[in-house]
Amino acid sequence: MGIFSLSAMLVAALIAIAIMAATGDNAVFMPGLLQGAWLTVQIAVVGCLLAVVMATMAALLRLYGPSPLRWLAVAYVEFFRGTSALVQLFWLFFVLPDFGVSMEPFTVAVLGLGLNVGAYGAEVVRGAIQGVQRGQWEATTALNMTRWQALRRIILPQAFVAMIPPWGNLFIELLKSTALVSLITMSDLTFKAKTLNDFSLKTIPIFTLALLIYLVLSLCITIGMRRLEQVSLRGMVRGRGR
Amino acid sequence: MIWDWNYTLEILPILAKASIVTIEATLLSFVIALILGLILALLRMGGPVVGWLASAFVELVRSTPLLIQIFFLFFVLPRAGIVLDAFAAGVIALSLHYGCYCSEVYRAGLEAVPRGQWEACTALNLSSWNTFKNIILPQAIPPIVPALGNYLVALFKDTPLLSAIAVLELVQTAKMLGSENFRYTEPMTVVGLTFLVLSLVSAAGIRWLEQRLNRRSVR
Repeated sequence: MGIFSLSAMLVAALIAIAIMAATGDNAVFMPGLLQGAWLTVQIAVVGCLLAVVMATMAALLRLYGPSPLRWLAVAYVEFFRGTSALVQLFWLFFVLPDFGVSMEPFTVAVLGLGLNVGAYGAEVVRGAIQGVQRGQWEATTALNMTRWQALRRIILPQAFVAMIPPWGNLFIELLKSTALVSLITMSDLTFKAKTLNDFSLKTIPIFTLALLIYLVLSLCITIGMRRLEQVSLRGMVRGRGR
Repeated sequence: MIWDWNYTLEILPILAKASIVTIEATLLSFVIALILGLILALLRMGGPVVGWLASAFVELVRSTPLLIQIFFLFFVLPRAGIVLDAFAAGVIALSLHYGCYCSEVYRAGLEAVPRGQWEACTALNLSSWNTFKNIILPQAIPPIVPALGNYLVALFKDTPLLSAIAVLELVQTAKMLGSENFRYTEPMTVVGLTFLVLSLVSAAGIRWLEQRLNRRSVR
């Protein structure tokens, strides 16, 4: 969908939330849901930052690291992509205390989701770096740049543009996975919706409102990433003489 | 003692039994998702109103968490008079969610079939059902098998979410064993390793299938 229909959908979702909140006595649910949504946003933002850092590190180590570190990066990616996100969260939450490592639920949530999405992101970063044309590397050699200079000034900026759309998808995946933290006792949006439902039994309005809030958050990510893509493509298009 | 082998051996049969539930849920949901995805993809190609509605539905399902969809179905369906057990509600939620993802894959596959194929069918006076079944689908499906396979693995890794509505699959069983015996280390680790092994094996299977299909289509 284009950026226009996405924005239209965002506006429609916001209006739907406003209408639903205004009808009957649904307004009483809003403070709780919004409080939960704020925690969801916090976890998502910190988780995304961790995911980007882990992904970049893992991809660079896998491509250019010395062999023990390279194997470590491969093991990290395969391990976290091969097991379920919920299993990873439960493992961090229930099993690590047995080894004497207890963490705050927020730390567990951010670590679990960030490491999980970081593993998927590592493949995105690796693909984008490998997608940069060979000639670019050769040109940096001709200009006598060091490997690090070439990577930082020539290769990564070009890979960055190719990474934006897949990262947009991964950020949405991460946002959606934050619902899992409700199962490790964190009162995020899903948890709030579930508890409100447990004692009010107004299932349909509560869960519809929660779904719409998630929709709004995802649409914000999608629209933001589209904008970022447009902005960062500007110089590239001219440079390629399209 | 951090790892207790006796306890591990004791819980293995219970976990093996639970893994059957996980696999059943995976396969059942995936089959429904494949059918539903195709229907959604066709609806999206249909008229402007139907197409837009189907697209909006797919977008809505894809941008909200599976967990809350599972809760929604589990708590809302009984209100509509449809009483389902947790397993059935979970399977419906999983297949709806992944059906929407699959519809995107189908759409890519269908759009990749050259226009000329449709035109040739018109020229040969084939009915649209025949065109679709005998000409378009056989060309659209093989290239998208790997992508569909990836969603099978993704679906498999999402089945633990069914534990939230108390379906006794692997993770829920591990959690129960953990809380009964006050030891989470062994059950959770065994479950994690089971997932790792099964997804690595299926990833290898998909790669093999991909190579086979490519060999067949390049003629």
